[in-house]
Amino acid sequence: MNEKIDALLRQVQRPARYVGGEYNQIVKDKADVDVRFAFCFPDTYEIGMSNLGMKILYGTVNEMPGVWCERVFAPWGDMAQAMRREDIPLWALESGDALDAFDIIAFSLGYEMAYTTVLDMLDMGHIPLRAKDRPGLKHLVVAGGGCICNIEPMAEYFDLCFLGEGEDVDREVIELYRQAKREGWDKPRFLRAAAQIEGVYVPGLYAVDYHADGTVAAITPTDGAPAKVRKRIVEDFDSAYFPTKPVVPSTEIVHDRVSLEVFRGCIRGCRFCQAGHTNRPVRSRKPETLLRLGKETLENTGYQELNLSSLSTSDYRGLSELCDGLLDYCRPRGISLSLPSLRADNFSMDIMQRVQQVRKSGLTFAPEAGTQRLRDVINKNVTEEDLLNSCRIAFEGGWNNVKLYFMLGLPTETDEDVLGIAELAKKVFWTWKQHAANKARGVRITVSTSEFIPKPHTPFQWEEQISRTEYLRRVDLLTGALARTKSVTYNWHDAEMSLVEAALARGDRRMGPVIERVWRSGGRLESWSEYFDLRRWLEAFPACGLDIDFYATRARPVEELQPWEHMDCAVSRRHLERERARAYEGALTPDCRAGCSGCGAASLLKEGVCRG
Amino acid sequence: MDKLRLKFAKTGRAVYISHLDLMRTMQRVFSRAGMALKYSEGFNPHAKISIILPLSVGTASLCEYMDFALEGEYDLKMLPERLGPYMPEGIAALEAYPAPCKGAELRWLRLEGLLRGGRDAAFYTGFFAKSPILVEHRAKRGVRTDDIAPAIRSARFTDVENGVRAELVLHAQEPTVSPELMMAALGENGPAYFRFTRLEAYKEDMTPFR
Ligand code: SF4
Repeated sequence: MNEKIDALLRQVQRPARYVGGEYNQIVKDKADVDVRFAFCFPDTYEIGMSNLGMKILYGTVNEMPGVWCERVFAPWGDMAQAMRREDIPLWALESGDALDAFDIIAFSLGYEMAYTTVLDMLDMGHIPLRAKDRPGLKHLVVAGGGCICNIEPMAEYFDLCFLGEGEDVDREVIELYRQAKREGWDKPRFLRAAAQIEGVYVPGLYAVDYHADGTVAAITPTDGAPAKVRKRIVEDFDSAYFPTKPVVPSTEIVHDRVSLEVFRGCIRGCRFCQAGHTNRPVRSRKPETLLRLGKETLENTGYQELNLSSLSTSDYRGLSELCDGLLDYCRPRGISLSLPSLRADNFSMDIMQRVQQVRKSGLTFAPEAGTQRLRDVINKNVTEEDLLNSCRIAFEGGWNNVKLYFMLGLPTETDEDVLGIAELAKKVFWTWKQHAANKARGVRITVSTSEFIPKPHTPFQWEEQISRTEYLRRVDLLTGALARTKSVTYNWHDAEMSLVEAALARGDRRMGPVIERVWRSGGRLESWSEYFDLRRWLEAFPACGLDIDFYATRARPVEELQPWEHMDCAVSRRHLERERARAYEGALTPDCRAGCSGCGAASLLKEGVCRG
Repeated sequence: MDKLRLKFAKTGRAVYISHLDLMRTMQRVFSRAGMALKYSEGFNPHAKISIILPLSVGTASLCEYMDFALEGEYDLKMLPERLGPYMPEGIAALEAYPAPCKGAELRWLRLEGLLRGGRDAAFYTGFFAKSPILVEHRAKRGVRTDDIAPAIRSARFTDVENGVRAELVLHAQEPTVSPELMMAALGENGPAYFRFTRLEAYKEDMTPFR
């Protein structure tokens, strides 16, 4: 650390997050390295270091000889200000070198609200924002993660994006880059060649035309780029790379524990859920593989907590066996096991009771909607009976803290559905009254609502988002209905951020300048409410000649060409349309195990059949 | 094995690790090394470790002490070598032994430091030679004014090429004076930048603390 930086670190909160040097970090000799890769996470160290995808890529890329992947995070406000004041460029943690020392600058994008932070990090690293202003091969700016399924609003900033799971395609692109560097290719030649790799999207190779009303008229590939970019997956997930030697932070982060990814994809087809549709099909690891990986990672990190992660852990076939095996290892060592994302069913409650014998802090359920009618519309296969039954088991078992998550503004929602949330919460309370093991301790039931956001690649991608005023009216309605129920606390997330998220999620290429304008007026780290300011967005959209409601709240005709239709996430448009129609009929669609509904994802597998 | 003490150094990038984070890190170091720390009994068991004199963020040290207890028997001489590979950069285990005295017997610390962007050595020498030296600091109930002069055993300042070098011997517990508090006492005459390193610890009678 040089003295200039040392002086800064003494003035800011929690400086340990800016210096690296953690256990298991990877340092290579620059003399042996021909490709330097900066893995940038457009959020704080505490968030980025909690991200499993980051650990996977850091590990796989560093396995490549001659390639050194380092970590870069967005500094908190105090540090960012100090760095700009002292003109210190953004640096990577391992070497301390500034961003412009790197060949490839890669961003992980899991959340639209991080877009302005991408621009901020590039600028803090003295890297030109737009792809067209980076003519050479050096400073190739790439991106991967969940947001790539519609990255159009950021299209002009990225040279290349990875659609789907990155572990294989990243390495292929790095190899190609190395060849290009060695043979002295120019950037257009490299990008043309990269676009031929499955899973690679080069935004600059597509021309987009618009109708007079602002909708997309055509998306045309050029220079031999594929008409549709097909997402990549790791087919054999059991033997897929898992980071058993992740960097162990020396300062506390959000998820400070081992996170074991039991499977990818989801067998459920909740119609609002983007991850559930873009990560298909399900691919699992064997319990014995997970047991081995879990033990190894615990030994290599010294963590005292292990978490089983996936989109819906209850659906893991080997869950019971895995939990028993892990408990045998963890119990005597005082290591705790946590199981988020469980469903409200008997099987899950049984596992829950075995696993969490000591800490009975809180149980979380996500019925998402207050009435059975609306739960059928969204294909959330949870009945009131399931939920109350799970609550009964929980209360009998000594739990006294239940959290219930709902969305407001789902398609077809009426006031009756909103009031149904209050009814359900009351029934949970009566269940406690009847079945609590120890009533003296009281009960805490928390109801949380957030606003429904229509997302690309879901059956609801064409739906409108209700206005903020309407959301607030429904919040008031629910507040009133819950007013006289003591023991039920109601939290609601403000819809300001949801409006911007909805606009970005379904945005097109014309939004690039909007994002820049918001960033220039101070927007960064906007997933943090203390840094988010809706006014900046409301000012930027019209200033760039666009209307935020055109993107966020407008219901889109099914015939309309959507800005992301050249992204092929393997679930067909036909399936999405069919699911949308079934939603309006209130018809449930079985999960993938009960019966394949022919979504198209099986075509990603060699045998063409899902076995999840 | 009960009542053990580990002497360790915290320098380089590790100086930014806070006290609480260091406790967590040390627990993980032991578990990575395959050694089980003893846990307290009770509803909320925690590892029985304590670091004798918490170090402020930014200050380095060649003489930190941690008391702990281990399940099982180990050759204490080998302990630093066993822990070494599991430490984050900048933390080094120096010596492990049965604690010969209570941690509270650590009374004096010798430190060195570098001060930049303030006054010269003569000014600092004069300032810390007088008595009383009053400094305001936030205590449990409101702001308190203390005289830190009695807790400064010696404070030598020399002009060097890149600033002023400080050599201090300070009382570390009851009463406590830290180099940060001394810098605060300087008020607007204080340096724009300073950094300190703890070099050695002593008992009340200035015999070495172990
Ligand atoms: S192809 Fe069938 S089984 Fe496979 S993910 Fe789609 S719906 Fe599920």
